[in-house]
Amino acid sequence: MTFQPSKQVYSGKIREVTLGAGSKAVTIGGKTVYSFHSFEGAMPNPPRIAMEVWDKDPSSEWPEAAKAPFSDVLGDPAAWARKCVGEYGAEILVIQTKSADPNGDNRPAGEVADVVKKIVDAVDVPVIVWGVANHDKDVEVMRLVTEKCSGRRIGVSPVEEGDYKQIGAACLGYKQVVFASSPIDVNLAKQLNILLGNLGVSTDDLIIDPTTGGLGYGLEYTHSVMERIEQAALTQEDDKLQQPIIANVANETWKCKEANLSDADAPELGDAAKRAVLMEAITAVDLLVAGADLVVMRHPEAVNLVRSYISKMM
Amino acid sequence: MGLTGIQIFKLLPKTNCGECGVPTCLAFAMNLASGKAELEKCPYVSEEAKEKLNTESAPPIRPLMIGPVKVGGETVLFRHEKTFVNPPGFAVLVSTGEDDASIAGKIERFKKSQYDRVGLKLKADMFAIKDTTGDGAKMCAIAKSVSSETGAALIFISDSVDVLTMAVDSFKEKKPLLHAATPANVEALGNLAKAANCPVAVKGDGSLDSVVALTEKLTALGVKDIVIDTGSRELKKAFEEQVTIRRAALKDRYRPLGFPTLIMANEMADGLMEEALVAATFVAKYGAVIVLSDIQPHVIFPLLLDRLNIYTDPQRPMTAEQGIYPINNPDENSPVLVTCNFSLTYFIVSGEIESSRVPSWLCVQDTEGLSVMTAWAAGKFSGESVGTFINKCGIKDKVKHKNLIIPGYAAGISGELEEELGAGWSILVGPREASQIPKFLKNWKA
Repeated sequence: MTFQPSKQVYSGKIREVTLGAGSKAVTIGGKTVYSFHSFEGAMPNPPRIAMEVWDKDPSSEWPEAAKAPFSDVLGDPAAWARKCVGEYGAEILVIQTKSADPNGDNRPAGEVADVVKKIVDAVDVPVIVWGVANHDKDVEVMRLVTEKCSGRRIGVSPVEEGDYKQIGAACLGYKQVVFASSPIDVNLAKQLNILLGNLGVSTDDLIIDPTTGGLGYGLEYTHSVMERIEQAALTQEDDKLQQPIIANVANETWKCKEANLSDADAPELGDAAKRAVLMEAITAVDLLVAGADLVVMRHPEAVNLVRSYISKMM
Repeated sequence: MGLTGIQIFKLLPKTNCGECGVPTCLAFAMNLASGKAELEKCPYVSEEAKEKLNTESAPPIRPLMIGPVKVGGETVLFRHEKTFVNPPGFAVLVSTGEDDASIAGKIERFKKSQYDRVGLKLKADMFAIKDTTGDGAKMCAIAKSVSSETGAALIFISDSVDVLTMAVDSFKEKKPLLHAATPANVEALGNLAKAANCPVAVKGDGSLDSVVALTEKLTALGVKDIVIDTGSRELKKAFEEQVTIRRAALKDRYRPLGFPTLIMANEMADGLMEEALVAATFVAKYGAVIVLSDIQPHVIFPLLLDRLNIYTDPQRPMTAEQGIYPINNPDENSPVLVTCNFSLTYFIVSGEIESSRVPSWLCVQDTEGLSVMTAWAAGKFSGESVGTFINKCGIKDKVKHKNLIIPGYAAGISGELEEELGAGWSILVGPREASQIPKFLKNWKA
């Protein structure tokens, strides 16, 4: 072209963080440009999809569409994990420790950690263990989980301002990866990274969870906070924000009312299963474009759609 | 927009005649720079200065109408920098070779796929009618039924200027978009579009050079309302182009690329589900018209939500209307809850009440879009304001009991609120998190 548009000037780089150990370990991050802007710089690692497994039978909470692909394993988390890896090609898993929720089943921490350990042992891919965002309970559970899974380089999320000292220290002790979680705010994300740094958590072991809003329920806040983090990290040399980003898409999308309405509940919204699959896939795509390096997903069809999307964009 | 007051001042006569209404040329220049004055007010400005100022002050991406749909006019690369303003039009493709039943099905689904959300109507906007048979009469017949049944904006797609001329003759007052000008027909189509005052799309050969050549030619013909289709149908390449075009238009104020863009998602994916992901990509990154091969509610609904989210003004929170919302068919014995009108709060609270299946009254107070804690801290969700709202909104006539549930985070207002509401009313402090509402409501007794 005779006309040359001015280039975006990049001065920073997102650090690489490796999850898991052994031949199935996965490295994320490493971008020197905005997501999918490989026409102007390097994006060495493609964004990854982590598939979700619950530590309890979710049948009473999930719509038919989400249950169908897992109907044979919903009561057996280890089998569920193996199915995700074996049948659906999951490269990373997220274990949701829903059973620990003090407002729900409130299963004792020891039992929760035992189930997590069983799931982790059932697969060789990297695992992220996701708590219930109750500081006391998460601290109790994650202390045990980090110890039991020593050597696996698991991810631990959410690590929040209210529990970062305890959970951060546990991760440090057993060399696990910290997912620093803050409520949709670039400054709070930065502050928590600083606090974790002061605690001794290395930037090699740190991923940002800026909190995800569902489609139609605040997705735009997450979209913009991710773009702001990327801008700060890549163009404003903000060293404290140069970490990969995770988006917890599955949990937020499938909580949305419209992902749970059946064909009969809402005929005007069309096919319930396809609608929910697309709500999940569109949320993932929107956040991948905004800067997410890792998305947590639930439905295998949505996973396939997004996997093929990523390969076309790389 | 582009020039500062001082730069504009240098182009003015500097006579301080005052005929423009302000005493000095400098003051007038400052007003021009901030958009408070029109250049026409100055009787002595030179032609040269006029031209320079007009080009400089034109929006960097031309806003234009396709039928009733406004596209373009964007001013930022990232929505948080200010806001995205004109949401991309979603267009449904039909072709002259398509059978009538299939077209009728699309029209029917287009009409049904409309959704109300916080006072907004979410719906697809356009039909793209593609000539695959060279049959202008058929194109007009389809346009007629589409237009009369849906009121949708029209895009006519054809290689043939003759076919497009027929379409323009019948539908020019609907301001359809004509697709597309190519090196072979640019002159004829440009003149047609100019005479009919309709927007016209250029179609490049997959290079931005080819696009620039076409938009420059159209501009020289005097055509102003131009839409860009780069011609690329590969997702990754189209993404790069959209970013490059937006940057060139905004950062370099490069006029030949300062136009809204069109994305043929229907030609960039395998099936409607994949098309939806292509569409979502260009909702976020700079598409102004997005063509889909079909319309199905389970596809268009998530896309409409996505578009609503991305085009929400970050400086102005979305709000729910103040009032009483009956959920799950409540009666005179049903619980009454009050919350703020930040749309997310409203969605989440009403969603949780709905999923509890407990019939309830939700009273939403206008807090100017602030969430409960922020509104409470700002004094907009106080005992007095909530009390006044509850007293006046009419809920007291709808229930026989005198119990009101307030958000857990606003526990501090309960004393003052009880006084405001008067004799017999008791305030119950509800949960802090909406997710606990179902449990709370199930245990509630009047």
